[in-house]
Amino acid sequence: MNIMALINALPGACAQGLIWGIMAIGVFITYRILDLADLTVDGTMCTGGAVCIMMMLSGHNVWVSLLAAFLAGMLAGLVTGLLHTAFGIPAILAGILSQLGLYSINLRIMDNKANQAVNVDKYDLLVSLRYIKGVPFYKNTLLIAVVIIAVLIALLYWFFGTELGCSIRATGSNPNMSRAQGINTDLTKIIGLMLSNGIVAFASGLYAQYQGFADINAGRGAIVIGLAAVIIGQVVFGRIHGNFAFKLVSVALGGVIYYLVLQVVLWLGLNANDLKLVSATVVAIFLAVPYLKGKHFSKPVKKGGVGNA
Amino acid sequence: MLNIHRISKTFNAGTVNEKRALSGLELHLQEGDFVTVIGGNGAGKSTMLNAIAGTWFVDEGSILIDGIDVTRLPEHKRAAYLGRVFQDPMTGTAASMQIEENLALASRRGKRRSLRIGITAKERERYREQLQILELGLENRLTTGVGLLSGGQRQALTLLMATLRKPKLLLLDEHTAALDPKTAAKVLEATDKIVGKDNLTTIMITHNMKDAIVHGNRLVMMHEGHIIYDVSGEEKKKLTVSDLFRKFEEASGSEFANDRMMLA
Repeated sequence: MNIMALINALPGACAQGLIWGIMAIGVFITYRILDLADLTVDGTMCTGGAVCIMMMLSGHNVWVSLLAAFLAGMLAGLVTGLLHTAFGIPAILAGILSQLGLYSINLRIMDNKANQAVNVDKYDLLVSLRYIKGVPFYKNTLLIAVVIIAVLIALLYWFFGTELGCSIRATGSNPNMSRAQGINTDLTKIIGLMLSNGIVAFASGLYAQYQGFADINAGRGAIVIGLAAVIIGQVVFGRIHGNFAFKLVSVALGGVIYYLVLQVVLWLGLNANDLKLVSATVVAIFLAVPYLKGKHFSKPVKKGGVGNA
Repeated sequence: MLNIHRISKTFNAGTVNEKRALSGLELHLQEGDFVTVIGGNGAGKSTMLNAIAGTWFVDEGSILIDGIDVTRLPEHKRAAYLGRVFQDPMTGTAASMQIEENLALASRRGKRRSLRIGITAKERERYREQLQILELGLENRLTTGVGLLSGGQRQALTLLMATLRKPKLLLLDEHTAALDPKTAAKVLEATDKIVGKDNLTTIMITHNMKDAIVHGNRLVMMHEGHIIYDVSGEEKKKLTVSDLFRKFEEASGSEFANDRMMLA
């Protein structure tokens, strides 16, 4: 129980949390904005890394590789979207089908190997666990992850303020009303799923670089970690009244908090194999708390709060 | 403006729950007609509006709006011609979005949604003006979440949204049924004002016989999926509630046993 060991591990935990925070922003788009639980991400959280690493190994620039990862994720989202809208399969099941299919595809992408390593000394990586300490500040993974998140949030803030973005939000809020207002809800759901999975795959590309390899099991349980970040962000920062951009920031910070907690749990002596159980428990507790609070500790509405006419 | 030609719809065909909801329904509206629709539960009133709106496709027959055949047009495309207000105040608005965002969505009904900004400053001014028609003070609460509004406020807002871009046809599906009498009267008043201002062609379903007589220039009564009584002009103005009961018994050959209607 050496406190220094914990402190030394924190920057790395922050970096991982930030990368998973990007992933969680993707989950936020489906889970919160579209009101769909999309399990495709367990597949795309591996696909993105696989595509990115294989592209880099065949000599492509890191940005081109990340773009390819993003597009691969969008393609996976498109498949889930079509299964759900054009073929009427419930969203959860459509996601599970894509996720299962992606396992085989991911192996193919990685030349039928369970993992593919990329050497940080030979390739020009954007982020790496080796770039946490002892590198010039502009190469520091923490800074780069923060900048990427800031740019991503700015883009999403703009997008969800456009006519198209508003129609996606409306679809998640009230699909009947959306159709009555002339919104093609099948199309908006597909666009949302593509965007979400694109972002997840992009995060996956970053995560593979960070670890130094793409791994076939990288996506296992990804949806749970994504949801954890979304929900932790909401519980911790939910009381602060903020706009859409602030909500996205709190999701990303939710990812960081999640990884810091994991780091503490590891430091307390649990081994890495127990992490999945810890993750599932944490998410279950955070999902249950708002429900139980509403059920057993509901307070009367404050006077002068919500006006009723 | 609207031509419904012999439409039929059967739900759960071939099962024990088979229900012929519309059977050879025929209805033709002139431009500017304001039709009130009455009939017992299960008469097919809401089903008719859903058929027009395209919630599903009819089994047979055709529907033309202003000469355009919409029989096989999906719901979101038909929306370009239609304004709709539903019975449930929760149905017509997006609760998690602001008042102005809901209006902005409605003002783009029938237009392609691009990557232009979702709501402009100029629009906001216009919405502020138009919300004043409702006399609910909503013009000062443009950025309030719709989920915080009362049922009556949401219904009035839905009405405004339905008519923000002038629809070829306004469909009101018992839009005051879920409101308390005072609020219902207020929403009906707003309805008359908005319909009158733009001379909108309107179909309004109601359970209130008096409202059916007082509002609009034409009244139709439905029974078992088609229209059994159709009256307009001077003749309609002279109608009384007891006339309507008698007409119903005559035309349908059965007792008008509907508590909600009796009370109304």
